[in-house]
Formats: sequence, structure tokens, C-alpha cells
Amino acid sequence: MGFFTDTSICIGCKACEVACKEWNQLEGNPAHFTADSFDNTGQLDAQNWRHVQFIEQVPDNNGVVMTPTPIAGGQAWLMMSDVCKHCKNASCMEVCPTNALMRTEYDTVYLQKDVCNGCRNCISACPYGVIGFNEQQGVAQKCTLCYDRLQGGLQPACAKACPTESIKFGYVEDLHKVADDRLATLQKQGYAKAQLYGRDEKVYGGLNAFFLLMDKPETYKLPNAENATLPSRNNLPGYVGGVATAVVGLIAGLLAFRNGRMNGNNNSTNAH
Amino acid sequence: MPGAEHFAAPPEWQWWILGYFFFGGISGGSYALGTLLRLAGNPRDVRAANLAFITSFVALVPCPIFLTLDLGQPIRFWHMLVDASPGGGLAFKPDSPMSLGSWALLVFGLFSFVSFLGAIAEVGWFRATAPIGRALRGGAGLVWNAIGAVFGLFICAYTGVLLAVSNQAVWSDAGWALGGMFLASALAGSAAVLLLLARSRRDVDPDTATRLEAADRYFVILETILIAVFLISLAFAGTISKVLGIWIVLWLVVILGLLASLATARSDVARRWPPVAAPLLALLGVLALRALVIFSAQT
Repeated sequence: MGFFTDTSICIGCKACEVACKEWNQLEGNPAHFTADSFDNTGQLDAQNWRHVQFIEQVPDNNGVVMTPTPIAGGQAWLMMSDVCKHCKNASCMEVCPTNALMRTEYDTVYLQKDVCNGCRNCISACPYGVIGFNEQQGVAQKCTLCYDRLQGGLQPACAKACPTESIKFGYVEDLHKVADDRLATLQKQGYAKAQLYGRDEKVYGGLNAFFLLMDKPETYKLPNAENATLPSRNNLPGYVGGVATAVVGLIAGLLAFRNGRMNGNNNSTNAH
Repeated sequence: MPGAEHFAAPPEWQWWILGYFFFGGISGGSYALGTLLRLAGNPRDVRAANLAFITSFVALVPCPIFLTLDLGQPIRFWHMLVDASPGGGLAFKPDSPMSLGSWALLVFGLFSFVSFLGAIAEVGWFRATAPIGRALRGGAGLVWNAIGAVFGLFICAYTGVLLAVSNQAVWSDAGWALGGMFLASALAGSAAVLLLLARSRRDVDPDTATRLEAADRYFVILETILIAVFLISLAFAGTISKVLGIWIVLWLVVILGLLASLATARSDVARRWPPVAAPLLALLGVLALRALVIFSAQT
């Protein structure tokens, strides 16, 4: 199961954020001025499992009217309801030492709060900055894709609340078809930058929560396919570098200590 | 070459982790140096080797405490070793350096503790453990030390690999260099600690101190090369600016530590400085290197 978030029809109402907090009993962070458009939550974290991004891109075309009108279709003011991507190859699951992060029967990534010991290794690994640390409970937290609602036959709270159906929930294969059709429609209308993110395997083996974007991924703070790398890429090189250094260090140390011994012996011989 | 993009949030690893990285490095490095001193086979170095094993365990004691205190749920420290999920067995994940490191710390703790018991008997501080000291004197003891040294060196290096196995700027950009850099720095720092001890105790052969100085200089050269590789890696990734700016202050401390170790090769410099000055500066440099790597990436 998964999400398809169509950013071209997101209106930034934040109903998803509210529904998520309501259902999951998240208190939210104290209100503060982010100085970032209409954004008052700032980022995904322990208290924000859905976060609506507001990206202002008012084009300066020297008065020339663009066709299609850039104001429409989210090209001037991009909005995206961001969420855990429930990656098929999940960076957080790779590094979690306690197995608190697990794959559910719905193919989603779930964080077991009673197993997590708050080491925060998953936070350093998640390339999307999804996971946050709950200071009060001492554990990491993130979207569960409303695991409890799924078990009750309900759809996730955010998808249920979304008034424009920007957030769609369902079987990932079905969502792929919906996304492909929507992309084809947008491209026919002239939105050349429209693209699917996480639809194929180029990004972490495919994302169970994937997106239709109206600009390149970096604009939405999403790493592009080239930069979407797993932490484990540095495992082997890291250990090989360590072993090589250890070998050189040991040889150097032995040379220093054995040279000293020979000098010491020579000194002793000369003294006699 | 386009720079790497990072959108990962910082894990907020702060002072406890810095403390662990420092003491863990000194512990593992001291054990390795103690083993090397034994392997080199000079009977006059035995005293220093025993001091190295004692240093290793003393430096190791705060490590699990620091790591536990850093957890959000310290009472669940054992989840690092035992899978608390329903039906879970042991929590051993080779892909996770934190998991491997937890196990390595446990195993190294055993080696370090037994060697400590033997060493305190050998130096005459605690006679009750003399049988252990005697058992570790021969070839079997050397094998024990050699195996322990492998785990000790792992403790020195895996902390760097742990940082690299992430999606954080700086850490993940360093690739293979970070583990080696921490290891070389730990060996240099451990040599500095042993030099401090050697110079403050009359029962350590002065020639041993000279040999430790020579080893320290080799380690410092190795560390310098790896620091250069680390910086070049960051330059290619386009994230070198993250370790500059206000972090220059810490870089100066690192450079001062490196230079202090190298300067003692010149007898005129060594005569002018108090004997503890160079090792202390070197230790400060080891701490500063870890601090700037840990903190700069998270700001």
C-alpha cells in the first residue's frame, strides 16, 4: 500500500497536517515564525508527519504572458504535502541497530516505539529528513502510514482529509497507473517540467509514497536520482580504508619499536 | 563536478558522543600500542606495555556510560544487542556500523578487562590477579593481546565508518577516509598518552619514551595524509565550506597538535618545551579533530 501525492492539485490547505496530528495524537511544535511563505511547521519531524511545503517561484518574464499560464498548475507557487516515502530500500532500516524499524505486511516502514532506544542513527541516515526525535518520549518518530487505521480497513487520515485528492492512497501498482495518466495529461497541456518522483526504481528501489512534481526534485528538497544514495555505499570503502590504515599504522609502529630495540641493543653493546 | 545534495536532518549527536569517540579511540589505540610493544620483543618495553593495557581499560570505562547517557531511552541500552521486537533474537546487523560497534565494544571490553587485570598485577599494584598476569606473559598472552588489538583497532576506526554510513553532509562525503583518519588519530593520541605516562614515571625506560615518540611521529604523518584525503573528498563533494568558517579555530588546534608531535623530533625544540607539552597538545588535537567532524556536519 502507499501514497501518490499529486502536487499539481495541492492547494496548501494543510488539512493533511491537521488530520495526521489529530489521529496520531501529535501535539505539534510550539508556534513560531518560519519566515518561509505560508509555512508554519517548517519541516517533517517527530511532531510533523505530514508537512506542506510552500515554494514561491513567481516568474520574472518581463511582462511576457507565458502559455500555458504559469500561475496555473502550481508552476508559480509550488505546494507539496511531504511525508515519509516508505522507501523499498530504506536507509533508516539499513542503519537501525535495534531493528526498531521494520517492514510491515503492507510493505510500509514502521518504527516500533517500544523497541527504539533513541540512538538517532536513523535520523542521520534518512535522506529526506523525515524522522525526528521526540524529546519527551526519548524515541524517534515518523509517519506510520496510519498502520492502525489500515488494520481497521480505513485509509490513512491525511488521504481521507485531503479535499482535492492531491493525496491518493491505495495499492502502489494502481497508483502507478493513475500517476502515469495524470503525467501524460499534464505533459499534453504543456507542463514540460512535470515528472514523477519515486515511481520507478531509480530512487531507493522505488517509493511507496511517490510524487508528481511540477519542477525538478531538488526544488522540493528531494535528492535527485544521482544523489539518492544508500548509507551502506560507504560501508565497504569505510572498513577497507580502516584496515589499510591499520596495516600501515601497525607496520609503522613495529618499525619504530624494533628500530628502537636495535639502537638500544647497539647502545648497550657500545657501553660494554 | 556538481556537489552532493543533502536534505538529511542532523541526529543531534553532541558531547556524549564526542567523549565516546575520544575515549574509545584512546582505549583501542592504547591496547594496540601495548600489543605492538610486546610484539617488538624488547624486555625494557614491558613496563610501558602494561601501562598501555591499564590505560586502555581506564579509557574504556566511560565509553558505555557515555553511549548509554546519549540514548533517548538509556534503560533500553540492551536493545543494541538483543532484538526486543516480538520473536526477535540477537540484534546483530552487519550493515549497521552502530550494531557492529556495539558488539565489538562488548568483545573488546572483555579483552581489555582481562589484560588490565594481568597488567595491574605485573606492575605490582594488585597481587590478587597475578595468575592472570603470569598467564598473559607467554605466547598465549601474546595471541590474546593480538586478538584484542584487532578489536581495539576496530573500535578506533568504526566510529568514522559509522558517521560515513549516513546521508549527512561531510560525513557521507568523506567516503573511505573517515574511518582511517579516526584510526590514525587514535593511534597518535594513544602514543601521546603513553608518552605522558612514560615521562611522568621513573619505572619506564627512557628509551621506551624515545621509541614512543618515533611511533607517534609516524602516526601523525599518517593522520596528516588522511586529513588531506578527507578535505579533498569534501572539496569534490562541494561541502568543504561546512568544515571551514568558525571551525578554523578547531583546525588550528588540530594543526598545533600535529606540529607539536613532529617538533619533538628536533632536539633543540624538545629541550625548550616542558616534556608534557607536546603530548598534551597532541591529545587536544585528537579531541578537536573529532569535535569539528561531529559538530560541523550538524550545523
